[in-house]
Amino acid sequence: MSEGPLIETSVLERVLGAALARGGDLAEVFAEDRQTSGATLDDGRIEELSSGRERGAGIRVVVGETTGFAHTAELTERGLLAAAEAAAAVARQGGGGVRTVVLGDRPPVGHRADVLPSSVAKPAKLDLLFRADDTARSAGAAVSQVQVGYGDSRRRVLIANSDGLAAEDDQVRTRFNVVAVATGDTGMQTGYESVARTEGWEVFDRVDVDDVARTAADRALSKLSARPAPSGEVPVVLAGGSGGILFHEACGHGLEADHIVKDASVYVGQVGQLVASPLVTLVDDGTVAGEWGNFAVDDEGRPAARNVLIEHGVLTDYMWDLLRARKEGRESSGNGRRQSYQHLPMVRMTNTFLLAGTDDPDEIVAQTPSGVYVAKLGGGQVNTATGDFVFGTTEAYLIEGGRITEPLRDANLIGNGPEVLRRIDALAHDFDMTPGTCGKDGQSVPVGCGQPTLRITGVTIGGTAA
Amino acid sequence: MSDLVALADGVVGRAEVGEQLEVYVARGHDTEVRAYDGEVESLSSATSSGVGVRVLLPAGDGEGNRLGFAWAGSLDDEVVAATVAEARDNARYATADPHVTLAEPDGVAAAEVDLWDPSLSEMPIDRKVDLALSLERQVRAADPRVRQVSSADYGDEQVEVALASTAGIRSFTRRTSVFLSVSAIAGEGADSQTGSGFSVGRSPGDLDPDRAAADAVERAVRMLGSTKAKSGRCSVVFDPRVVSTLLSVISSALSGEAVVKGRSFFAGRVGEAVAAPTVTLVDDPTDPRAFGAAAYDSEGLACRRNALIERGALHGFLYDTVSARRAGTVSTGSAVRGGFAGTPGAGCRALVLEPGPLDQDGVLAAVGEGLFVQSITGVHSGVNAVSGDFSVGAEGLMVRGGALAEPVREVTVASTLQRMLQAILHIGGDVEWLPGIAAGQTLAIGDMQLSGS
Repeated sequence: MSEGPLIETSVLERVLGAALARGGDLAEVFAEDRQTSGATLDDGRIEELSSGRERGAGIRVVVGETTGFAHTAELTERGLLAAAEAAAAVARQGGGGVRTVVLGDRPPVGHRADVLPSSVAKPAKLDLLFRADDTARSAGAAVSQVQVGYGDSRRRVLIANSDGLAAEDDQVRTRFNVVAVATGDTGMQTGYESVARTEGWEVFDRVDVDDVARTAADRALSKLSARPAPSGEVPVVLAGGSGGILFHEACGHGLEADHIVKDASVYVGQVGQLVASPLVTLVDDGTVAGEWGNFAVDDEGRPAARNVLIEHGVLTDYMWDLLRARKEGRESSGNGRRQSYQHLPMVRMTNTFLLAGTDDPDEIVAQTPSGVYVAKLGGGQVNTATGDFVFGTTEAYLIEGGRITEPLRDANLIGNGPEVLRRIDALAHDFDMTPGTCGKDGQSVPVGCGQPTLRITGVTIGGTAA
Repeated sequence: MSDLVALADGVVGRAEVGEQLEVYVARGHDTEVRAYDGEVESLSSATSSGVGVRVLLPAGDGEGNRLGFAWAGSLDDEVVAATVAEARDNARYATADPHVTLAEPDGVAAAEVDLWDPSLSEMPIDRKVDLALSLERQVRAADPRVRQVSSADYGDEQVEVALASTAGIRSFTRRTSVFLSVSAIAGEGADSQTGSGFSVGRSPGDLDPDRAAADAVERAVRMLGSTKAKSGRCSVVFDPRVVSTLLSVISSALSGEAVVKGRSFFAGRVGEAVAAPTVTLVDDPTDPRAFGAAAYDSEGLACRRNALIERGALHGFLYDTVSARRAGTVSTGSAVRGGFAGTPGAGCRALVLEPGPLDQDGVLAAVGEGLFVQSITGVHSGVNAVSGDFSVGAEGLMVRGGALAEPVREVTVASTLQRMLQAILHIGGDVEWLPGIAAGQTLAIGDMQLSGS
């Protein structure tokens, strides 16, 4: 990947000027150069090594309430001017005249990886896959299939707008995941584990791929003897780091300003109100180095920030991108993100987590006479307008007499955000984060989620047992 | 023929002696308009293109080939050359496999399916904007309880794909699609409920804004006053949209690739009764009404009609070239891929259940008592296509005395995919070709676990 600027400042200034030539309140160029590489081991073979390259720019022109958007894979002045012209088609008043845009300084930003994955020889990457395959298969005779995936990406972005903002970032991400299948008398079960960091190859200095493989295999194996999950409302203990996805869904999405300004969230008008148990302090923080949702500047050029959303149960603020913030006469909170240069940015979470409490995690289980212990969550989904959300378990156990007992088969839990947040009655001093991919309006972005061990006094679990 | 075919031919010409090479070239143009509060919130329009290259290097006698893949979001000469070189370098490190090869022409003629509306590229942008704005207006005006329209979108897309290989494959496909979609929020007092509606087609003339608007409004309004239902076992009637999703999930267990890799609960069960005797399930991309209709699959072989379940008995699986060789059979023309950045795998394009005699009202009447589910959530977190475990969030209406009754929300329905297939009570005759890889129709399934209060 070339290290020079994606687009020269003088070109950016001319393109932004041209974008506003027919009028408009704001023009922005978002340029991106993304390079990816990956490998998949499946059925004992390296099935595929892949590489990808994508570069281009998205240009938007904002006129009143309307945004025009176009993108191009041509980063030449000609290609950019054509996209600017297309994006400006929404500006019809024609009275803009010549607009001069002067950009601020753009300090060069280096990537923050110790070892760029692109500098690592391909065989070294494949060794990790073979090792994980061996380890997962040796976890038990019932392990019948293993798939191992590795991927890295480097994403250089450049953002410039007609307010004079100019910013760059250089994001390096590395991920590794294992899916194991175990087969027994009751059929097949799957186990999944992944590591994903905004870091380079150095992630494997600390992460042992054998651990990742064993965890995935053990999850599949333990579910072979699992019984159907219960149904109805039960107390639930979530293990620390089992998946802050609960908060991502239960309130995170509902605190995104685009849902708020459209009156499409149950949290509209709730700032200053008690919206959760006083134990809950929820933070969204794009600055946490290395976490999956980390970056230096967001996809609108705003520096990543730590934003407290809920403090001791009281809603303190929503998350904002540039356009929604401008309308309210405030600053963006650094939550403007997009999947690629082919997409418009919108309000997105970064790393969203619940701060730790003071309880002992084992005590929380011991003081739960009966319920469900969730060791690992899968994904989830929310309807922000009603607050109803689901999240799925991929490793869960019964709690009987204050002890973790039998493994349970996968099931979804369903709840209503504001109700579930009020039902948190215990919060431990442990804490861990999990990476995830957040989908919204057809766009995927990497996010982190985190929480300590906690208990919800009642939530509906959707198993098949009565 | 398109310039894309010439471009693909040129890339194939870059193959070195002894290697196999396949190139997939795609170009798309899309427009999207979002209306909000009587104004255009956003208008996007752009062309994008890209290339995906697979290179197979022979590993030596009887050892087969090594596969490498690379893609780029550009058709620029230099970029394409670098992509070929990168795919070749990647191939050097893959495991040699006697089953890995490119598709070869198999003599099956491609069906004539016309999926292209040439007039779409001439449609003025103002008309697209008007469609989005009037859809929003229509929903807002339909019912005083509509409190908000959170999005009202018009979108269209023109996609062209050329595929060529050293094995003699050469195909070109193109399709247009247009859509309208709208999300409504209905409110009464402190209660808010949501509903969505959409309409899809190949041409703007196929669009039915009235239906999209009415669907969104009805689905939101009828959920007002909904409460959590009592837990228990019951029959569940699924709306066509939900059934399309259910079939898509089941389809991953019908992929020959899942079967040969030991990830399908259907493996080794061909000929066995895996579903109720009324169930016949086919994948037929040659039906031009199907959203996923196609003349050629993603390896350039003709798409064809494949029966998967016949009168309850498992009939067969869907294969691409490599999974077919592993299974000791031939491709069923079922290679699919996620655009130029993906490699082919075996999958469905146009699944449909053989329709039964009843419409939705008839199915509800026949079921008598149970739950009607209008939408489900958590499919990716609560349905495991390997184990078959099934648990999803649901909202809908109770069925009492054979008709829709009070609305319910915040419940789950659960079973296993295996048991659900066996417990199918009624298959609706109301087949609708919905966006995605499966048609929708009303479906009633007995003995599911409803979890609520």
